[in-house]
Amino acid sequence: MNDIVEGMLSAFRLIFSLDADLFEIILLSLQVTLTAVIIASVIGMPMGAWLAVNRFRFRRLTIAVLNALMGLPPVVVGLIVYIMLSRSGPFGVLNLLFTPTAMIIAQVIIITPLIASISHQAIRDLWADYHDLLISLNTTKRQRIFTLVKDARRSLLTASLAGFGRAIGEVGAIMIVGGNIDHLTRVLTTAIALETGKGEFAFALALGFILIALAIIVNLAIHSISKTERASNW
Amino acid sequence: MKCLVAILTFISAALISSSIIAAEMKLAVTTSFNNSGLSDVLLPEIKNDLDLEVQLLVVGTGQALKLGQAGDVDAILVHSKKAEEEFVSQGYSTHRREIMYNDFVIVGPSDDPAKISGSSTVVEALGKIAAKPSLFASRGDDSGTHRKELSLWKDAGKDPDEFSSSWYRAAGAGMGATLNTASGMNAYIMSDRASWLKFGNKGGLKLLFSGDPVLFNQYAFLPISPEKHPHVKIELAMKLEAWLITEKAQKIIGRYSINGETLFTPNANAKVN
Repeated sequence: MNDIVEGMLSAFRLIFSLDADLFEIILLSLQVTLTAVIIASVIGMPMGAWLAVNRFRFRRLTIAVLNALMGLPPVVVGLIVYIMLSRSGPFGVLNLLFTPTAMIIAQVIIITPLIASISHQAIRDLWADYHDLLISLNTTKRQRIFTLVKDARRSLLTASLAGFGRAIGEVGAIMIVGGNIDHLTRVLTTAIALETGKGEFAFALALGFILIALAIIVNLAIHSISKTERASNW
Repeated sequence: MKCLVAILTFISAALISSSIIAAEMKLAVTTSFNNSGLSDVLLPEIKNDLDLEVQLLVVGTGQALKLGQAGDVDAILVHSKKAEEEFVSQGYSTHRREIMYNDFVIVGPSDDPAKISGSSTVVEALGKIAAKPSLFASRGDDSGTHRKELSLWKDAGKDPDEFSSSWYRAAGAGMGATLNTASGMNAYIMSDRASWLKFGNKGGLKLLFSGDPVLFNQYAFLPISPEKHPHVKIELAMKLEAWLITEKAQKIIGRYSINGETLFTPNANAKVN
């Protein structure tokens, strides 16, 4: 119990001392995760919309697989990305292993199915409402997807934030592909794992509280930018 | 459009930050070396003297050897002589250079239920733990420390594969995580001295046995052979090796202490094997 109180106190001390190393770690956490969320959204949202409006042979199977992939084990993703990017692997020449780019690749793989799946659910419901209208207007498939994505944007925001939530707290994959190198690939979650290993529970908890605070701040910021939860605009 | 610009900015920022600017090399080291805090003292000196940024990958000896085999690091600093010699003979490294040694200690509950303190050898101490039997936490992760522990059980005439998990608990984790496990269970554990001294969650544990020469733990530096992996930065690795055996570096290693206890004994010499 004492560790938790001590953790909160040292979290405040760390923040107010403007520790340069801490800010480096926080910035890298944000940079990696936000980049991954943006890339995964650009891939996942149209994929979800496409699945909602198209009818094809293995549609149910595809959707079932996509839903199952939401539970991709990060350690396995990390291991596969590691093997791919390793010098002895097929993409070794790119020299990407143990860089932030490798961490972004792993996170994109982990959260794209999540974003695509939630987008698909949201757009499928909207498609049920818009179906007759869009068909009668003789729209092309591309126009339909575009309209649906545009009008479902609030639900899609939820999809992105869910992806952000999964990525920012993820440690298994980025530990393997990033290597937790000081000043290069150390982010909040890997730093927490490191401090826990040293038995420095208070410091590890302090980083944990900062991580939670960061997730709340990012969510609030995105809601306020997109003006959700306001009167007549929800 | 705005959104697109933002995306591109993010991606380019991500790429720029990962591109290489100064002289850098990657060194896989064992957790015990990093946990001791010695790296925090050595790395700034290396940066100063050689203008070389050494990026540490802190892993177990098993994984360090694996990273070296794949050519994902430029050199490794590990402690498992048999595995290192095999590594060299397979051609993954040109040679192994001994740098320093530290020692392992047996840590356990402060009331010492198996009465191991005062044992004359570590084999005797382990024998008492197994005879009782008292809770014992093992690394179980194929690291250098784990391999050492297994060889000591063998010396004691016991086979850990046959131990019951009712008292012999293989954590499958790094030194720190296993120390946390031992602290939680109030179990005996074999740790390197540095990790134990620096460990912040000692709980009811206490150092009970040390000093048997069998427990000495030799660290060696192995540059990865450019013949196997032409891309490795062999010049930088050799530069680092040459620095580590200078009188200055050896003095820094020998002087490094925690709470007045020195942790490493430098023993580099001109001989390589």
